[in-house]
Amino acid sequence: MQKLTVKNLYKIFGAAPEEALVMARNGAGKDEIYRKTNSVVAVNDISFTVNRGEIFVVMGLSGSGKSTLVRCLNRLIDPTSGEIYLDGDDKAGSVTAADGENLRQIRLRRISMVFQHFALLPHRTVAENAAYGLKARGMSAKERRDRAVHSLSKVGLDAWADAYPGNLSGGMQQRVGLARALAVDPEVLLMDEPFSALDPLIRREVQDQLLKLQDEIKTTIIFITHDLQEALKLGDQIAIMKDGKFVQVGTAEGIVSQPSDDYVRAFTSDVDRSRVLTPRRMMQPALPAAEMAGLGKVRADSYLCDVFGDLSTGRKLAVVDDDGSYLGVLDPLSVFAHLQATENSTGIGGRA
Amino acid sequence: MAICREVTTQAADTAMSLNDMLKPSTHCQVPLDRWVEFFVKDWLVPNFRPAFRAAQWPVDQVMRGLEGFLHAVPFYAMTIFFVAVAWRFAGRGVAIFTLVSFLAIEAVGVYPDTMTTLSMIITAVLFCAIVGIPLGILSASSDRFEAILRPILDVMQTIPSFVYLVPIVMLFGVGMIPGVVATIIFALPPIIRLTSLGIRQVREELVEAGYAFGSTRRQVLWEIQLPLALRMIMAGLNQTLMMALSMVVVAALIGAGGLGLTVYTGLGRLDVGAAFLGGFGIVLLAIILDRITQGIGAGAEQRRANWTFTGFVKRITGFARA
Ligand SMILES: Nc1ncnc2c1ncn2[C@@H]1O[C@H](COP(=O)(O)OP(=O)(O)OP(=O)(O)O)[C@@H](O)[C@H]1O
Ligand SMILES: [Mg+2]
Repeated sequence: MQKLTVKNLYKIFGAAPEEALVMARNGAGKDEIYRKTNSVVAVNDISFTVNRGEIFVVMGLSGSGKSTLVRCLNRLIDPTSGEIYLDGDDKAGSVTAADGENLRQIRLRRISMVFQHFALLPHRTVAENAAYGLKARGMSAKERRDRAVHSLSKVGLDAWADAYPGNLSGGMQQRVGLARALAVDPEVLLMDEPFSALDPLIRREVQDQLLKLQDEIKTTIIFITHDLQEALKLGDQIAIMKDGKFVQVGTAEGIVSQPSDDYVRAFTSDVDRSRVLTPRRMMQPALPAAEMAGLGKVRADSYLCDVFGDLSTGRKLAVVDDDGSYLGVLDPLSVFAHLQATENSTGIGGRA
Repeated sequence: MAICREVTTQAADTAMSLNDMLKPSTHCQVPLDRWVEFFVKDWLVPNFRPAFRAAQWPVDQVMRGLEGFLHAVPFYAMTIFFVAVAWRFAGRGVAIFTLVSFLAIEAVGVYPDTMTTLSMIITAVLFCAIVGIPLGILSASSDRFEAILRPILDVMQTIPSFVYLVPIVMLFGVGMIPGVVATIIFALPPIIRLTSLGIRQVREELVEAGYAFGSTRRQVLWEIQLPLALRMIMAGLNQTLMMALSMVVVAALIGAGGLGLTVYTGLGRLDVGAAFLGGFGIVLLAIILDRITQGIGAGAEQRRANWTFTGFVKRITGFARA
């Protein structure tokens, strides 16, 4: 079920990458290597695997190497060393070994990308933008328009097919960017800070929309962000990146409740867990439908803090998605027990 | 008083000799003029004259064809064409100005010379575009190429236009075509520079997006970089056009005809009237061409729908059909 496998990936910018690579392999830090070799280690020995249908979030501050990492995955930037595979780890699926035409085929069909500043062509209509990847494939004009409009309808913008990007708001433009990436039906979707340029209200809206869409399409997503809240909300797995390295990889709960070092702790100490955790994350497997029908309902993607009222009755709740179908059961006792345990362990009261 | 004067002259004498002593020419005179003469006359010309002759062949063909055509079109048709183009791209005001200018040029009797000059200008700008746009694209895609090209362009732009004439005459001889060749070389830098600049200022993320979706280099160039650089390229074409016009009189010095020749002979004979007529035609032509090309560039900016080359071509052909 492994969709994307990355092994010991390094990217070094500078005139003499070999020397810097040896130092990095021997454990020297980013600053030290820069001082001695004048080369920047942007990605430093990164390995991870992402399963099919998962959202893998990489979170880090400015300059930590997130953009470089994600651009290595489709070779917009060629890594200095390391391996990237699609579907397991045999040669056939190697991205790093792909040469010119094979690499182009991978980009045309298997890996697509959403950009921070949308990167839409201002002289093309919304539909033409959404069809960009299909055109590069050489698909006929009619077929690619049909598929582009279908893809636009997934993000709710089919009515805007013949408008120009300049006439759309930022949030809408990024949905066009998403439609363009989805139009090629990718196996892996790379998103480099896709929502950072949007204001907070719109950002929440598109985050929700992405989650809903993901339930439907179940593609594999590598999502870059510098916003911990966003990472916790979207990520099935979250990697915290610092100076080109992953300092911790885990689930939202894992990151919040067991930060691996002070750097991660400093990030997460401010996080109100009830605003991070959702019924979807906290629920237990669903009961038989007959029993579920008798329970009160909570939406899977609301936050715990929004459903405290329902939880305080002490009765179990049915977790439902937007269509009302049952996903699982939420037990108030275990929720409060979990919240209490994590508050204590990270010492929120005392402000560690 | 007298003593004083003596001292100063003495001082001047010693200063003079010191001055002479420090002059390099006292010790050895560098015959740069003879070196250059040798280089051009005894090496460049005998070895490369046929190559230069061959290079001017296409210029010759285009120039001849265009000149014949422009002179063959009746005055009223030419006027209507220019007024219509001005109206379409630069608005009613410029259209009226164009109409009045054409009538005035005809009325004072320099219309045939104006057509000759126009064919020179169009030929020069055409070749500047054919040579300059690819060079601009190349210099946008390679920092090394740009590093080599930039000082050459700097030199080309700082050499006074008269200085171009000497090697041109030696290599190409005198006449209309050498005049056009001199104009091409003189007017080339802006179109190269602005094409390169236009492509380089396209946002990196857009180019990345092109490659990320599997486009080839050529697709990225044609579908992303060139359309987004089009406005800048048009500005370069406009500047190239203006520089070509400024070369009209200078080109007459080596035997090119048209309005430049009218000015030149007028000056030679101190015939102020004739010189003025030539200048009058050049200025009106310059204003008309400047406004029209600027209008085309601004149109490319305003109507984003037509930014693409196909859109651009559609507008021109659509106009021709209308
Ligand atoms: N082309 C380049 N040449 C040299 N150094 C580079 C280059 N691109 C990135 N770097 C360096 O690599 C490091 C990582 O940069 P990167 O852009 O990947 O960070 P980021 O995490 O995406 O930051 P941001 O949040 O600002 O986008 C930085 O120190 C940066 O200066
Ligand atoms: Mg970045």
